Amino acid sequence: MSEIVVTHVPHKRSIPFGQEAVGALSIIALGAIGYFLYPDDLAFLTRLIGIAFLVLSLDLVTGYCGVATLGHAAQFGVGAYAAGIACVRGITDPVALLAVGVFAGTIMGLISGALITRFRGLPQLVLSIAVGQLVAALANKLSWLTGGSDGLSGITPGKVFGIFNFDMYSRTAFLFSLGVLVIVFVLLQRFVRSPFGLMCRGIKDDDLRARMIGVSIYPRLVVMYGVAGAVAGIGGALTAISTGVVGLDSVSFERSAEVLVMLVLGGAGHLWGALAGTVIFMIFEHIVAAANPFHWMTLVGLLLILIVVFAPRGLIEPVLSLASRFKRKGEAA
Amino acid sequence: MRTIFSIMTDAVAYGMVLFIISIGLSIMMGLMRVVNLAHGAFAMIGGYLASYAIRDLHVHYSVAILMAVIGTIIVSIPFEILLYRRIYRKSDPLIQVLMTIGITFFIIGIVNFIFGPSLKSIPLPQTLSGPLDIGFRMLPTHRIFVIACGVVTALALWLLIEKTEFGIKLRASVDHSGMADALGIRTEIIYAVTFALAIGLGAFGGVVGAEILPIEPFYALRYMVTFLVVVSVGGAGSILGALSASLLLGLADTTGKYLAPEFGDFFFYLSVIVIVFLFPHGLFGRSHA
Amino acid sequence: MTNLLEARGVSCSFGGLHVTRDVNFKLTAGDRVALIGPNGAGKTTLVNLITGDIAPSEGQFFMGGDEITGLSIPDRVRRGLVRTFQTTRLFANLTVADNVALAIMQRKRITRRFFSSSTELPEVRAEWSEILSHLGLAKLAYRKVVELAYGQQRLIELAIGLALHPKVLLLDEPAAGVPHDEAPKILEAINRLPSDIAVLMIEHDMDLVFKFARRVLVLAAGRLIFEGSPDEVTADHEVRRAYLGSYADARRAT
Repeated sequence: MSEIVVTHVPHKRSIPFGQEAVGALSIIALGAIGYFLYPDDLAFLTRLIGIAFLVLSLDLVTGYCGVATLGHAAQFGVGAYAAGIACVRGITDPVALLAVGVFAGTIMGLISGALITRFRGLPQLVLSIAVGQLVAALANKLSWLTGGSDGLSGITPGKVFGIFNFDMYSRTAFLFSLGVLVIVFVLLQRFVRSPFGLMCRGIKDDDLRARMIGVSIYPRLVVMYGVAGAVAGIGGALTAISTGVVGLDSVSFERSAEVLVMLVLGGAGHLWGALAGTVIFMIFEHIVAAANPFHWMTLVGLLLILIVVFAPRGLIEPVLSLASRFKRKGEAA
Repeated sequence: MRTIFSIMTDAVAYGMVLFIISIGLSIMMGLMRVVNLAHGAFAMIGGYLASYAIRDLHVHYSVAILMAVIGTIIVSIPFEILLYRRIYRKSDPLIQVLMTIGITFFIIGIVNFIFGPSLKSIPLPQTLSGPLDIGFRMLPTHRIFVIACGVVTALALWLLIEKTEFGIKLRASVDHSGMADALGIRTEIIYAVTFALAIGLGAFGGVVGAEILPIEPFYALRYMVTFLVVVSVGGAGSILGALSASLLLGLADTTGKYLAPEFGDFFFYLSVIVIVFLFPHGLFGRSHA
Repeated sequence: MTNLLEARGVSCSFGGLHVTRDVNFKLTAGDRVALIGPNGAGKTTLVNLITGDIAPSEGQFFMGGDEITGLSIPDRVRRGLVRTFQTTRLFANLTVADNVALAIMQRKRITRRFFSSSTELPEVRAEWSEILSHLGLAKLAYRKVVELAYGQQRLIELAIGLALHPKVLLLDEPAAGVPHDEAPKILEAINRLPSDIAVLMIEHDMDLVFKFARRVLVLAAGRLIFEGSPDEVTADHEVRRAYLGSYADARRAT
C-alpha cells in the first residue's frame, strides 16, 4: 500500500453563538429603525412581522425540504383563528394565546405534512392546494365559531406580562411581535444547522441518496411540517392579537401564493432570504397596491417571472456570494 | 324526476366545460410535464376576446369563437418562446409553479387594464339562447350545445392522437423523449404545436363555457384549482381520464350544490384529498417514474 | 463462514421483458467479487433489486440468515447494505464535509437532534475528517459538491459508503468517468476497505476487475452464466464469446 499524506482538516474558525447574536442584533436594529423613524406605521410593521413568521415557516418546508406548496396559509390561519377564538372565549393572556397558536399550528402542520409530503410533483401540489382550500371552506362555513365571511372580531387581549397594555398606536403590539421574532429567529438559526435541519437539506437535494444512507424520508418531512406549522401558528396568533380581527384572507389561496412570492423574492433556503423577501414585498405592496390592485398584480407577476428567469435563487444570493468572497479574502490575508 | 333530469343536464354540461378547458392542460402535463397554472388565464383571454368581438365588433358567435381561439394562440406565442420553453420537462415543480403563477398574475393585471375590471358577458346567438324541445322535455339549448362541443372535442382529439401521424409522434415523444429525438422527430416543434393546441382548447372552453363559468377578472385564479384537480384526478395526458374526471367532478359539484349548498366546497376538497391521496397518478393515469 | 448477502432465485421482469432471471449468489465476509457483463445485461437492475429500489417478481434476498426481500431501502441500509451510484448522486448543494457527516450522523442515530450543531460535532468531525484525509479530500472539506470535478465526486461517493460502516458494499462502476490519472486513487481506496466486509463491484474496466476481484460473476441477458476466479473467467470459452471477446481482442491489439 502506498504512503498517504494525511492532512487533517483545519477547524472552522467560529465564535460560539456568533451567528445567533448577529441575527438577534440585526433584527433588533431593524426594529429600532422602524420604531423610531416610522412611528405612524407601526400597525403595518406589526402585520409585516406576523407575515414574516409565515414566510419563515414556508421556507422550512419549501426552502429547506423542497416541498412545492400553494396552501401554506392554512398553518397561519389555523393559528390565528385558534388564538382569536381562545381570546373571545376568555383566555386573554397574550403569552397563553401564543401558546394556543403554536399548538394549533403544530397540529395543523402535522396533518398537512402527513397529506402533502407523501408524494412529489403534481399530486403534492394539488394536495397542498386542497388542504388549504379545505381549511378556507371550514373557516367560511363554521361561522358560529369563526365569524365566517364577516371575520372573527372582538379579540381584546390582556396586558403583556400583566404590565403592558395594547395601545392604539400598536407600540406594544410591535415590540411584543419583534421580541417574539427575535427569539424564534435565533431558535430557527440553530434548528436549520442541526443534524435534523441538515438532513432535510440533503433530502431536498436528492431524496434517493438520502434513502440510500438509511433515512426514512416521510416521517422527517412530517416532523418538519409540524415545526413549520408551529412557526406559522405563532405568526397567526400574533396577528390575531395585534389586529384584533381574523378574516378569511388569512387562510386564502392568495395569501398562500403571496408568501411564496415573498420567499423566492428573498431567496428560499435562507432564513435571511425569507425575512428580506417579506420586508421588500410588503413595503412595496404597501405603497403600490393601494393605488391600483390590478397594476399591483401585473407587477407581482412580472417580478415573479423575472426572478425565475434571472435570479432563481432570490435576491439574497448575490449578497451571500459577495459575503463569502469577502470572507475568503479575509482568510487569505 | 324533473329536478333529477335538470341536475343531470347541468352536471354534464358543467363537466363538459371542465373537460374542454382542462384537456389542454392535461395534454401539456402529460407531454411537457409542465404544471401550467396559467392555463385558466389563457381561457380567460379567450373569453375576453370573444366578448369584445361580439359586443364591440358585432360579429357572429361562431366567428367570435374562431377569433378568440386564434387570438389567444397568437397572444400565447411569446409566452411559449420566451418562458415555457425553459421549463419543459424540468424536474423541479417549484420553478414551474412560480413562473406560471407569475404569468397568471401578469395576465390578470394586463387583461383588466385593457378590458376593465368587470364581468364580461358573451351574448349567445338566437339559435342557442332559447329552450330546445327534445321530444319529452324542454332543455336550455346552450347546455345541449356545450355537451355537443365536449363530445366533438373528445372525439376529435381521440382521432388526432390515435389516427394521425402527428398523434404517433406525440405519443412517441410522451413515452420516450430521447428516442423521439433519435428517430428524427423534432420535439421542440411537437411541443410548440401541442402548446398551441392546448391553449386553443382552453380558449375554446373559456368561450363556450362562459354561461357556466362566467368571465370575470379573477377567473384565472378562481378556477385554477378546479382545472388542476381534473388533471390530477383523471391522470395527466389521458383523454378518457380527463373526461371521466370532469364528468365526475361536474356531477359531484352540481349535486352537492343542490343537496348541501352550505358545505359544497368542503366536500369537494375533502373528496379531492381522498382521491389524490389514494390514486396519486390519477384514476386513469400511468406513473411516470 | 456466514453469508452476509444471499440471492435465491431472483427474477425480475418489466412488462413481459425479463431483465433478471433466476439469479443465485452468496457473498461472505471478506469477499471481493466483480460483477461483469455486456451492456444491457441487467447489472444495474440487479443492484437496484439488492438495495430494494425495485422489487423482484420472484425470489428472495437474505442478509446473515434473515430475509430482507420485503424491507425498504432505509431498513436495508441500517442492516449494513450500502451502495454507491454509477452516476454520482450526492447532496450537490451541501459541502463535502456535510455529505459525509450526514452519513455518519445517520449511522449514529443523531439526525433527530434539533438544536445541536451538526457537522462540527466533535465525534462526527473526527470521523469525517479522517475519511476525507485518507481519500485526499481534506482540502475540499468546505467546498460545495457541485463545484468539484467529477473524479473528486466519485471519491465522495466512496467516502459516504465508508462512513456508513457497511457489511456489504455495492460499488456501481466506481471508476466510470474518472480521469485516467485519478483512477488509481479509487482502487487504492477500495483496497483499503475493511477486510471483513463483502464488496460487490460492477465494473467495465477489466484491468480494475483483475486487480480487485478474487471472484467474478458474469451476467448475460439477466442470467448468471459463470462464476469463478478471474483466471478461470478469461479461460472460459462461453464467457469469452458472450463478453470478453472484445476485451481480449483489445488486449491483443495493445
